[in-house]
Amino acid sequence: MDDFASLITGFQVALSWQNVGFMAIGVVLGIIVGVLPGLGGPNGVAILLPLTFGMDPTSAIILLSSIYWGALFGGAITSILFNIPGEAWSVATTFDGYPMAVQGKAAEALTAAFTASFIGALAGVVLITFVAPLVAEFALRFGPAEFFAVFLLTFCSFIGMGRENRAKILASLCIGFLLAAVGLDSISGDLRMTFGSTELMRGFDFLIVVIGLFGVSEILLTVEEGLVFKGKQARIDLMVVLRTWAGLPRYWLTLARSCLVGMWMGVTPGGAIAASFMGYGLAKRFSKRGKNFGKGEIEGVLAPETAAHAAGTSALLPMLALGIPGSATAAVLLGGLLVWGLQPGPMLFVEQKDFVWGLIASMYLGNLAGLIIVLATVPLFAAIMRIPFSYVAPVILIVCAIGAYTISNSIFDIWLMLIFGVVGYVFKKLDFPLAPLVLALVLGDRAEDAFRQALLGSAGSLNVFYANGLVTTLVVLALMLLCWGPVSDLIGAVRNRGRASKAAEAAE
Amino acid sequence: MKQHWLAACAALVAGAGPALAWEPTKAIEIVVPFAAGGASDQMARTMQGIIQKHNLTSQPIIVVNKPAAGGAEGMLDIQKSSGDPHKLITTSSGVFMTPMATKLPLNWTDYTPVAMMAQDSFVLWVNAKSPYQKVSDFMEAAKKAAPPLKVGGTSSKREDNLIVFAMEKVGGVKLAFIPHNSGGQTTTQLAGNHIEASTNNPAEDVANWRGGATRPLCVFSDQQMTYKEPVADGKSWADIPTCPSQGLNVTYQMLRGMFMPGKVTKDQQAFYVDMFKKISQTPEWKEYLARSALVPDYRDGEAFVAFLKEDEAKHEKLMSEAGFMAK
Repeated sequence: MDDFASLITGFQVALSWQNVGFMAIGVVLGIIVGVLPGLGGPNGVAILLPLTFGMDPTSAIILLSSIYWGALFGGAITSILFNIPGEAWSVATTFDGYPMAVQGKAAEALTAAFTASFIGALAGVVLITFVAPLVAEFALRFGPAEFFAVFLLTFCSFIGMGRENRAKILASLCIGFLLAAVGLDSISGDLRMTFGSTELMRGFDFLIVVIGLFGVSEILLTVEEGLVFKGKQARIDLMVVLRTWAGLPRYWLTLARSCLVGMWMGVTPGGAIAASFMGYGLAKRFSKRGKNFGKGEIEGVLAPETAAHAAGTSALLPMLALGIPGSATAAVLLGGLLVWGLQPGPMLFVEQKDFVWGLIASMYLGNLAGLIIVLATVPLFAAIMRIPFSYVAPVILIVCAIGAYTISNSIFDIWLMLIFGVVGYVFKKLDFPLAPLVLALVLGDRAEDAFRQALLGSAGSLNVFYANGLVTTLVVLALMLLCWGPVSDLIGAVRNRGRASKAAEAAE
Repeated sequence: MKQHWLAACAALVAGAGPALAWEPTKAIEIVVPFAAGGASDQMARTMQGIIQKHNLTSQPIIVVNKPAAGGAEGMLDIQKSSGDPHKLITTSSGVFMTPMATKLPLNWTDYTPVAMMAQDSFVLWVNAKSPYQKVSDFMEAAKKAAPPLKVGGTSSKREDNLIVFAMEKVGGVKLAFIPHNSGGQTTTQLAGNHIEASTNNPAEDVANWRGGATRPLCVFSDQQMTYKEPVADGKSWADIPTCPSQGLNVTYQMLRGMFMPGKVTKDQQAFYVDMFKKISQTPEWKEYLARSALVPDYRDGEAFVAFLKEDEAKHEKLMSEAGFMAK
């Protein structure tokens, strides 16, 4: 129980007045950064990194990781209120969060999202605290074939678990893959589908596409439907928090499932994005109320948020233990560690005990501080929904444009955002799901790289995908999830027909 | 009207003091054409810390990562910022190789060279549990292996790929080069035994070496490194033999330097040359060089330009031989 004593020391370090102060500042800054699309966690941390060079490394990492927690919390706010995901991992939160806000249940949705975030993060920290070395070893078993299998699992769960028209999901997924392929191909080192344009060379940035597809298209739709005061009936008081909490124990199974999915995806650098989609997809299939998903079901907010945060937190583990960042923000933090003169990797836990356990203790405290601060802001944010849409819409549009511009200081990206706004509008009108497109855009590149790396290593032989127990299990699981939906639909259809024919016989 | 007077006065003051050399008037941006956390990023952030600590300028320093398209995004940004004295870019051999491999309209002669800070070595790494104790063990195994042994590196048609190509040619073997997105990813794959070897820079693999996951076989240079401080198992960087001495006649080093956009004035260039010279003399910089096992090699002015010209010719030859030039 040597580690436990270290953790207690860690708490003592993190609980000094100075460090608690940094924690609060970090969380507030993080929320602001998370709310503004385009700015995002990685940028926020990167901008503030230089300020911390003069600080003691432990205080510095506490400040920066608190920004990370704040950004994780903040990403949910715009997703729920305006259907604009501030971060990649909050896309799935929009599916049910925004409909809830439209129905006047913004405060419930926000409370659920924040609480779920906290539960997920807590699960991640517990994982880091108790099984860090063990899990780090496990992450090493992931080669390109295993990575590809994880991505395949995510894609398959999305197709198999989806309740929309499967042909449409597939079409949307393929467009996403096509968009993901634009830019530099890291395996061959060649530029693809840029048509000589230096703007396209960067490829399609995920956030620009998402701001367009979700945010701008939603504004277009609302304008078409007439400028209704959607969230008018939202009642605001702090009791909402307690009422929402009282309803949460019912969803323990969904929460537990999402925690597991999240921790798994965070450690294997599949990341928070894949985790949030998988968490949502699984909850949709296995929940009793799965049919209502997408129409404003609280469970549809809980599932992706829990998974995303469990993953986002667990993602710090490979960074600390192996020096591989599980997320973009973790990558920037990694840069910070190096500047402070700390070398991430297997030796960090041995040589820099104070630092590591101080950080882990700050994860517990930072998340708690984050939860309290964001819950206090629920009435404030929910109140935004009472402002007439005709005032809010232009502001949202401007914030979106600024966000799109900030990502790489390019006017071209604002045009792209508007184009994707129209694309999103058309998709919604034709009833094509947007989520598969986004998923393929985010993970398509990495899935392709992993697939080709695996084949380069095996000299083109496909047997790498069933070469060991781990990869075989993942692939089989993926195929099962892919077939689950169609098969259960088929069984359902056969049964129905059986029943229908029996009914017909009875009628005769 | 008042503003006009103020402006006139300011102009007079500025005109009256030609002896005062140029000083930056707003935040200085260091563009890193690679992702956060990589070797170039570490260098830029170390410099940022040193500049602030030693008060080398009164203006803030911002590090901006523009990694898209193998660094071309950052290079295009500097190309577009012609005449802007508040921008710098960190460069590696990519300054030649990106244009060669992609046919993008980029050329280092359009930029203003400021200073070369160091050279980075490349090392042949294997998994610590692998049976390869010497370079010859590895090359022997490579001859017999089917499918070919996997050697990992960063990016396709870049430094690591050139080295692996040269190893194949010199050793008469076939290897499978597996490109990764970063040196960090490569070393993790090596630690997990998913590839048989890698050609990472010292800084990219030091953590796993110390953690007992990987082992260096030789350094791709004619000279051993000079850092004698023990790193792992009582061995130091200086203990790693050179590849040529082990019968693998492949050498390669990569420059790490700083450029400004084109069309800046002599005074502006001189300011930054002076700043980087000061940086190169600080104890923090020396500590950074030792930590990353970089070869100290500060050059500016003509010496830097001459080095660049020679290095470009060398890369052109290597890239054509390997067939990596874009058609």
